[in-house]
Amino acid sequence: MSEKELGKKWDRCLADGAIKFGTGLGLGIVFSVLFFKRHTWPISLCSGAGLGMAFSNCQNDLRSSYLLHRSQKVGLCNKTHSN
Amino acid sequence: YTAGGSSGAAKVVAAGLLTVGGGVGGTILYAKWDHKFRAAVENNVPYSDWLLGLALGPAYQGDIMKQVRMDSQHVWVIIADCFEKITGSEFLPHSEASAEASHIISAISEISTVPAPCDTESAVKEECKECQHHADPAVVAPHTELPLRERPVEEVAARLAQQDQKEQDTLSSVSASLEECLASSAKATLQAIGAQEAAVQAITQHIHKLKEAMEAEVPPPEKSSQWKDLEAALADRTSAVNDAETALLKAKEALDSLKSEIDKSKGLKVSAVRPLVLAAEENLHNMVVDLDRVVTKLQSAESESKIVSQYSDLVNEAKLQFQREVSSLTPEIQANWKGLTGKLSADDLNALIAHAHRRIDQLNRELAEQRVREQIHIDASLEQQKLEDQKALEKAVLTAVQHIKEDTRLEQERKLSELREVMEAEMRTQLRRQAAAHTDHVQDVLKVQEQELRADVLGSKLLEQETSYRQLSQEQLDNFTLDMNTAYARLKGMEEAIDSHVVAEEEARKAHQLWLSVEALNYSLKMADADSPTMPLESAAQAVRDSCHDNDFALALATALPEESLQRGVYSEASLRARFNALRALVRRVALVDETHNSLYQYFLSYLQAALLFEAKQEAPPGQLCSEDLDPFRLLSYASFCLEHGDLELAAKLVNQLRGEARRVVEDWLTEARLTLETRQVVSLLSAYANAVGLGTTQAP
Repeated sequence: MSEKELGKKWDRCLADGAIKFGTGLGLGIVFSVLFFKRHTWPISLCSGAGLGMAFSNCQNDLRSSYLLHRSQKVGLCNKTHSN
Repeated sequence: YTAGGSSGAAKVVAAGLLTVGGGVGGTILYAKWDHKFRAAVENNVPYSDWLLGLALGPAYQGDIMKQVRMDSQHVWVIIADCFEKITGSEFLPHSEASAEASHIISAISEISTVPAPCDTESAVKEECKECQHHADPAVVAPHTELPLRERPVEEVAARLAQQDQKEQDTLSSVSASLEECLASSAKATLQAIGAQEAAVQAITQHIHKLKEAMEAEVPPPEKSSQWKDLEAALADRTSAVNDAETALLKAKEALDSLKSEIDKSKGLKVSAVRPLVLAAEENLHNMVVDLDRVVTKLQSAESESKIVSQYSDLVNEAKLQFQREVSSLTPEIQANWKGLTGKLSADDLNALIAHAHRRIDQLNRELAEQRVREQIHIDASLEQQKLEDQKALEKAVLTAVQHIKEDTRLEQERKLSELREVMEAEMRTQLRRQAAAHTDHVQDVLKVQEQELRADVLGSKLLEQETSYRQLSQEQLDNFTLDMNTAYARLKGMEEAIDSHVVAEEEARKAHQLWLSVEALNYSLKMADADSPTMPLESAAQAVRDSCHDNDFALALATALPEESLQRGVYSEASLRARFNALRALVRRVALVDETHNSLYQYFLSYLQAALLFEAKQEAPPGQLCSEDLDPFRLLSYASFCLEHGDLELAAKLVNQLRGEARRVVEDWLTEARLTLETRQVVSLLSAYANAVGLGTTQAP
């Protein structure tokens, strides 16, 4: 059912966002603890990066039905090309 | 190692080539031996026929059938030939006139020959019977289907021409042989005659010389030459006589061969040969006559010479006797006493005279005796002469009689042949006349009969009765035909009415059935749960199809049902309505998202709009949509209104106007709505059609 597709996409987005944010957070914490002397900026950086990635993914996913795939792109061929 | 590797590779290559070559060679050899294998190879492998043709030559062509056909033709030809030969050779050659007569007869009538008093005709008939007997076994022998029917005219003419040809051939051959014989015998006879004449000459010469030698008083040296001449003449005579005898024998031989030749050609019984034969016989006769004449001359000459020789012998004897006497008287005197007149003494002379006197006396006495016996001697010699004359006469008479007989026979034959020709001509004219008379008679009879018949039919009352009878019967026949036609037409009409009734009932039954099946389809369409589709319409559709398999329109409709509805069934209107209501909220939320505006920010804006914008729940759609009405919110309210009022079609049309993400979201709903609409349309058409057909088949009361 086409009406359920949007809902599925949102679900994916949220899940993806949660994962990325969580992972970013974790990685940030790790980096901050290990390399950056417990500053908070790696944490926010990584989690922000994670969120950003999730946002980008979500947007792509929502846009995906409007994008033309490589195989769908049709160009005009010249007759001079040997077939 | 590369070297080992290369040698290994070379070995492999060599082995491969050897295998391939062996395979090809083996195939070619086996194909040469077995032709079926060759054919199979040629069929299956593309260029093998070219290769095999190159190696072995073209394949064996079966021309046995052709040979068999040719042989059978040969056999028929040979059989036909044999038949021809057998039937042709049995026909002995006819005389020309009789052949013409038989030709005329066979041309006119059905009978092959008519027995006639002339013996040639009977001979022809006999020969025909003979050849028919021969033809019958000839017909049976080759086992052909030809019956012995009357030979057609052309065949007869051909046969006769063939016989004429044969006659001509025999004639020419016989004439040639006769001429040859005649020529040879004439030559021999002339030779014989010449030899005989020469012999006669020689004999007369000899006689003359002898006479001369006897009586002439010539001196002795001439006498010896005379005697020598005489001897020469005698030798001539003997040689001439021998020659004459051999020539005579040869001539007799030639004449005998000529006679045999004549007899043989007489035996052929070809009339055209007869004049030749006659001429040859006459020639033979003349030659025989001449020969005989000359032989008689020779014989007379010989008898004369015999007399003369006898006389000379007697004279010689007397001379010798006298000499002996003279020598006995005067032994010292030599033989040649005529020249011794001066040498003789008187005693000798006296003795000689005395002897001479004595001799004279003796001779006188003998003479007297002779004179006395003269008459007796003459009578005896006359008797002898008579006997001899009689013998000679008899012989001459015999030969003359023979000659005359021969002459008369030849004369008779000639007259006979003339008579035969005349009679043949007469016979021909008579036959012609007879044939003409026969045709005239037949024509007359036919004319008379025709007239009688006409008189019979035309002049009597029978004709009138006949015509009236015919009229009445024709009337009856017409009436009967008319009645028959009407009855037949009525019967036909009744039959047609019954047939049409049957047809109409059949049609009504079918229409009823169709209506029932369509009703079933309709019912199954209506029976649907709220959220699940109906049962698959396949069975109901099949039932419809079965009930209208001869109706193109209904069949087309039945097959126009969409596949999905048949397999899965369609959603009911109520379920679609419910679904739409759920859909509406979603559509509102993505109203701003389309192909170009589809970022998350746009999604956020769209959601905001949906939260903040309020439209009428249901709004009646206008008759025509303007550009403002294409706003999704309005469309949705129009569609809701339509759905609430049961107009799925218009609702679907309105929903179809959505664009962008909203459209994507309602795509499935739209498809389902379309299916349902299609199915409903088809079913309504079918039911309308079934109703119409049902109405159409009802009979008016």
